[in-house]
Amino acid sequence: MISLSSSAPPGVITCEGLAVDLSCFPTRAQYHELVASFRDDGFEMCVDLCGVDYLEHFDRWLPEGVEATRFEVVVNLLSLSKKQRVRIRTQAGDDAPEVSSLFDLYPGSEAMEREAFDLFGILFANHPDLTRILMPEEWEGHPLRKDYGAGRVPVQFKESPGPR
Amino acid sequence: MSEPVVRAAERIEILSAETSEGAQELQRRDVTDVNELGREVGSVLRLDGLTLDPTSIDVDRRDDETMIINMGPSHPSTHGVLRLMLELDGEFVLRTKPVIGYLHTGMEKTGEELSYIQGATNVTRMDYLSPVINELCYSMAVEKLLGIEVPERAVWIRMMMSELNRISSHLVWMATNGMDLGASSMMIYGLRERELILAFFEKTAGLRLNLNYVRPGGVAADLPDGWQDDVLVICDTIFARTFEYDELLTGQPIFRNRMIGVAPLTAEEALALGVTGPLLRSTGVAWDLRRAMPYLAYDEVEFDVIVGTFGDNFDRYAIRLNEIRESIRIVRQCIDMTPSGDYRSQDPKVTPPPRARIGESMEALIHHFKLFTEGFQVPPGEVYSAVESPRGELGCYLVSDGTAKPYRLHVRAPSFVNLQAVSLLMRGGSMSDTITVISTIDPVMGEVDR
Repeated sequence: MISLSSSAPPGVITCEGLAVDLSCFPTRAQYHELVASFRDDGFEMCVDLCGVDYLEHFDRWLPEGVEATRFEVVVNLLSLSKKQRVRIRTQAGDDAPEVSSLFDLYPGSEAMEREAFDLFGILFANHPDLTRILMPEEWEGHPLRKDYGAGRVPVQFKESPGPR
Repeated sequence: MSEPVVRAAERIEILSAETSEGAQELQRRDVTDVNELGREVGSVLRLDGLTLDPTSIDVDRRDDETMIINMGPSHPSTHGVLRLMLELDGEFVLRTKPVIGYLHTGMEKTGEELSYIQGATNVTRMDYLSPVINELCYSMAVEKLLGIEVPERAVWIRMMMSELNRISSHLVWMATNGMDLGASSMMIYGLRERELILAFFEKTAGLRLNLNYVRPGGVAADLPDGWQDDVLVICDTIFARTFEYDELLTGQPIFRNRMIGVAPLTAEEALALGVTGPLLRSTGVAWDLRRAMPYLAYDEVEFDVIVGTFGDNFDRYAIRLNEIRESIRIVRQCIDMTPSGDYRSQDPKVTPPPRARIGESMEALIHHFKLFTEGFQVPPGEVYSAVESPRGELGCYLVSDGTAKPYRLHVRAPSFVNLQAVSLLMRGGSMSDTITVISTIDPVMGEVDR
């Protein structure tokens, strides 16, 4: 297990994780600053970013002091120089999940944040182009949410093309 | 008499409304935010403030000087259904934006509906050129959550199969890349050699493409009798033929002119964009998960990590060609070093009992029934496992809530992330170079859209 760098915001809760060097649980306010401190600390790559909808599991295990919310944004950072991985799990909120975008730190997170927005409806403040990426533009709802109800609604198609 | 039928294609406004992707598309300059514009012209390391270089090619462009065109979604060189919107000034590309999602089938959602045993059949269809490596990544995630060890023989079988798969994936890349550049003989040769590997896959797993061979706990079947001879023939044949590719392509003047110096990428840009795999290594960063963070038994075999210098198209080509040779080297060592023993874990809670046991043991029958109706339960937790796929770091983020199905299955697809580099690589290049850029990025759309 590694420790946080000195430039990290104070009070970030950390714990050990499975197959990862460090698991961090920042608040939404600490999130961007924490990632920035990791980037300055030699974590060159934001290797993965995804959302998770814990609608049925508000009682999941979290370290003491972390307040569970419905949506989580999970970021995996990779240090090529130190050969370490850290995971940052941010509680993003219940009804209007929103965290700040990592675009200014890691430009490569752009598509992954768009994907999390598209599939979960998580908003990323200061993202340059927060549009749907996988679903069609006029799609209603965010399909990876647990209350989306796959299979219960007819498949949405664009309006019928008319007589051919 | 009925009314004359108006074809949809004859009415432009209907057609464009039907095919529009709205804000996902490349917009006119006057309605594009400066940050988005910066992204589309590929300025990666100048994100704060975004001061565009005044000598740059497209500062102060008016809309009537440029043209926005679509390339794809159905285009022979886009390797699937990739749609690129290009802003052109004559022959030169100013801005690019990939519009994806045409192959999106909700595989991550599907993964939540399938049990852990069935899950491998789902992930194997994502990157359809390297199915074994997809299954491996998923199985390793499940095994980490379960906390089970895989028998030594299964580890080596997995390693050999994934290296064979890497060879076949790179061969398809060589083939399609040759096709894109007009070297259609390479198309035939690449697919011919790949056929050897697919035949071996069929002999081993019963299927050629979506194998479902690597499963949580081990592999589905032991290697067939006499597999050493088969694999040796594959190694010898393909190794000898890589030198024929050298003669066909490496020294070929037209090929060299279209590849050397085209679309260079720097190491800083690659790291900022999260680009991995041959694209990252072409910039001189020796990052290969097989070497840097060894999984399976990669720390016990000898191989070299191939690194480029200039990060251009030719380096990416050379890296893939030489990785075929390195993979052959690993496979040869696997032939000698694969131990005997079990090919799957003997934990009855994870592995179905052998067919013969079901007839004589009540316990085996119960295990068999439980595994194939409900599946095994995985302790709650979350894990990220990463392997080196032919396209870069393939990751699987798995959340379990203690039931027999994943609560969340997220796949970090290397093509999806690598595709962000197109805007950067295409800027300023000519229209014909876009083909080589897409080709050397090597996106597999099944994985991009999942």
